[in-house]
Amino acid sequence: MKTFTLQRAQAVEQAVALAATSPTAQQGATVRFLAGGTTLLDLMKLDVEQPAQVVQLRDLGLDEVEALPDGGLRIGALVTNSVLAHHPLVAGRYPVLAEALLSGASVQLRNMATTGGNLLQRTRCVYFRDTATACNKRVPGSGCAARGGHHRNLAVLGTSEHCIASNPSDMNVALMALDAVIHVTGPGGGRAIPIGAFFLLPGDTPHVETVLLPGELITHVTLPPLPDGTRSTYLKLRDRASYEFALASAAVVRTPGGAFAIALGGVGTIPWRAPQAERELAGQPATEERFHAAARAALRDAQGFGQNDFKIELARRCLVQALKNVTGTGGQA
Amino acid sequence: MTEHEPVTPAAPAAAQQAIPAKPLGPPGLPIVVNGVEQCMDVDVRTTLLDYLRDHLHLTGTKKGCDHGQCGACTVHVNGRRINACLTLAMAHAGDAVTTIEGLGAPERLHPMQTAFVEHDGFQCGYCTAGQIMSATALLDEPCGPDDAAVRECMSGNLCRCGAYSNIVAAIQHVRKGGA
Repeated sequence: MKTFTLQRAQAVEQAVALAATSPTAQQGATVRFLAGGTTLLDLMKLDVEQPAQVVQLRDLGLDEVEALPDGGLRIGALVTNSVLAHHPLVAGRYPVLAEALLSGASVQLRNMATTGGNLLQRTRCVYFRDTATACNKRVPGSGCAARGGHHRNLAVLGTSEHCIASNPSDMNVALMALDAVIHVTGPGGGRAIPIGAFFLLPGDTPHVETVLLPGELITHVTLPPLPDGTRSTYLKLRDRASYEFALASAAVVRTPGGAFAIALGGVGTIPWRAPQAERELAGQPATEERFHAAARAALRDAQGFGQNDFKIELARRCLVQALKNVTGTGGQA
Repeated sequence: MTEHEPVTPAAPAAAQQAIPAKPLGPPGLPIVVNGVEQCMDVDVRTTLLDYLRDHLHLTGTKKGCDHGQCGACTVHVNGRRINACLTLAMAHAGDAVTTIEGLGAPERLHPMQTAFVEHDGFQCGYCTAGQIMSATALLDEPCGPDDAAVRECMSGNLCRCGAYSNIVAAIQHVRKGGA
């Protein structure tokens, strides 16, 4: 690990000012915010992250979950995954989020990991994590060792010739289906970013993963209210029953009016919203045939690279089962 | 950043300026380990795990994977279990840490330690300190009553000997009021 200075910010503005000196908020940042540290310290040990300055956020507060007057929810960036998952407002109103959080990592990690940090969780692509290999996400222009290498766990949606790394987060998939809004404070003030505009496809700049600019600090996330009677669920398929990343997952939200919001995990280079699938289901009777049509639509543009071809069919079946679960048709899984 | 001045909350207009944050470590807040205040004077890169083992010589906490994947390093910080390998020691100035040494001793075992002995909840013993730290934390966590719930709540602790069924039995024994 490269050495660094560690500071404990006492105000949001202070943290922002310190981080604003970094030339980028993306890969290669010279200043990093430290929240739970479960991603950052892991990658610093591997020399994938080499910040010169680490700014600890623990004294900033930002650790409250509050109901909003409109019926929505405000989640501080430093709320841990454990606290969020078990919060009565989350478990009661947004079960898809509670289920997604509790399906991720272990209790120890969920006690450390935070909402803001999880939004910025990095890929588990083995080549991104290994500085001896080529990776365009880690070293722009160095190539991609994953395409011809071990890519069983990598993406089939949103890939480019430069990168096929998958986003590993469960929480982000639920937040996608819930239309979360990410609130940041930067050197020029605050802005609110709909989660659908927060993550960037790899394209030819896979090292740029989000729209965050130098100095921008995630302060909180808001969830819009859901109509009474809305049902939601998260289904995660993986190689073992617990403590494993998703091969495929599905977050489904269904309002009493019959509208669906659908996002997929484990299969996309970013948490993957599936509007094509939502359109297949809107206003239609909840039948298995419609569910299959929606699943086909969601994966229509999917492309496998050999080892991960199976994920395309797995993701279809995952979505069909999640739709059965949320509509109470067919057996639970 | 070479000098650290006392900090007052910055006005938004001053946010463009580089404002020194409060420095960590000596003479900052001490860390409290098993009830004893310690003044940390370590390389900033030192993980909490290495601090406990190499600096305080509390070697009950084990290093397995060093990447948060095995749970052998599990300790309690402010009452919650975490992976000591994935956190910086200096980041815990002001925190209270409990390790396996703070839980019990050979002459006064914690009920969970007794239960692990009675239920044969280990073989080689390398993962055991982490298992027991997770198991004792679990007692105060939302965890369903059945064995499946315990297995889920304990999934962050790997055991290569495969003592899992006896570990679950030990935990359930304590949860049901056994000692």
